[in-house]
Amino acid sequence: MNSEPNPILTLAWTFGLMSLFAVGGANSAIPEMHRVAVDVHHWMTDRQFADVFAISQMSPGPNVLIVTLIGYSVGGVAGALVATLAMCGPTAVVAYYVSRLLARSARSPWPAIIQAALVPLSIGLMGASGLILALTSNRNWAAALVTVAAGVLAFATRLNPLWMLLAGGCLGFAGVI
Amino acid sequence: MPSDSPPAPLPAPELPTSSAPVPPGLVELFVAFARMSLAGFGGVLVWARRSIVDQHRWMTADEFNETFALCHFLPGPNIVNLSVVFGSRFRGIPGGIAAFAGLVGPPVVIVTILAALYSRYGEIDALRRILAGVSSVAVGLLLAVVLRMMMPLIKRRDLVGLLILAAVFVAIGLLRLPLPTVLLVAIPLSIAITLVARRVAA
Repeated sequence: MNSEPNPILTLAWTFGLMSLFAVGGANSAIPEMHRVAVDVHHWMTDRQFADVFAISQMSPGPNVLIVTLIGYSVGGVAGALVATLAMCGPTAVVAYYVSRLLARSARSPWPAIIQAALVPLSIGLMGASGLILALTSNRNWAAALVTVAAGVLAFATRLNPLWMLLAGGCLGFAGVI
Repeated sequence: MPSDSPPAPLPAPELPTSSAPVPPGLVELFVAFARMSLAGFGGVLVWARRSIVDQHRWMTADEFNETFALCHFLPGPNIVNLSVVFGSRFRGIPGGIAAFAGLVGPPVVIVTILAALYSRYGEIDALRRILAGVSSVAVGLLLAVVLRMMMPLIKRRDLVGLLILAAVFVAIGLLRLPLPTVLLVAIPLSIAITLVARRVAA
């Protein structure tokens, strides 16, 4: 992979393909994004990947926009746009045709079966995302503790996640993490 | 982040007629999706439901759940799929594009500006520390979503499902195998197991 002709093209086909494999949404594809961006192409470091994830979680809009940030770091504004369209385009076309197909066909049992089969897969993928991000984000015990605390709070309460992100930022600024 | 959890079932609203009094136009689609997207810090789904079902009444709660279920089982970002399916249902392909552009366009501008700021100032020490704190919390939030999604499987004692879940977790999270390879094996296997399990149950 050393003879990459054009990084923008690489972005386009990498995320275009990933789009079709992102079972369960953008957060399921994070391990693959990390593998491609950090391990395969060396577009960014572990730390930058964790930063980019943090920024995407703080920003408005769908979670998938983490690819906009990855794209920007590879090829500026053009990279950002290409990565975003590549990640959203193919699956959007598939969604359009499948929804029309299902609207016309009689009630088929297949959507329910496929969905039931995919649920454990997508949870497993998201769990892997959590693990990989936890390993890249948390460089010490205090940081790991903050992750656990945020996880427990979010699981047990209905506290707005934005407040917790803000609190994390303050703890970081204060040098606790 | 809650955009990945399925919408909570609501009691069916007792509306006499179909949900859409007036089908939305292209501009309306763009504006509605732009607004829900920009409001959607940490997940757009909640806002999408509020806007489409409660505010505009373009769909009933049941129609919305069905559409979302479809978009959840398709690959790719769920909410992006939802915008395309929703928009094209009312206004064909232009409608799908308008909804998609509304959902993705404005936040992409914001995120691109943030990306530029990060590439310029990302090495400043104070910002580094803040981002480290935020990402530690964000990971915790993601783990909470995973746990919430696992609860139904655990409650049902769905051992097969939990086994598939664990296998995917090990393959991707620990062994770091490429996603396409894992899915090409796991998807047919999981569908076959689901079919067999249903036949046994029936």
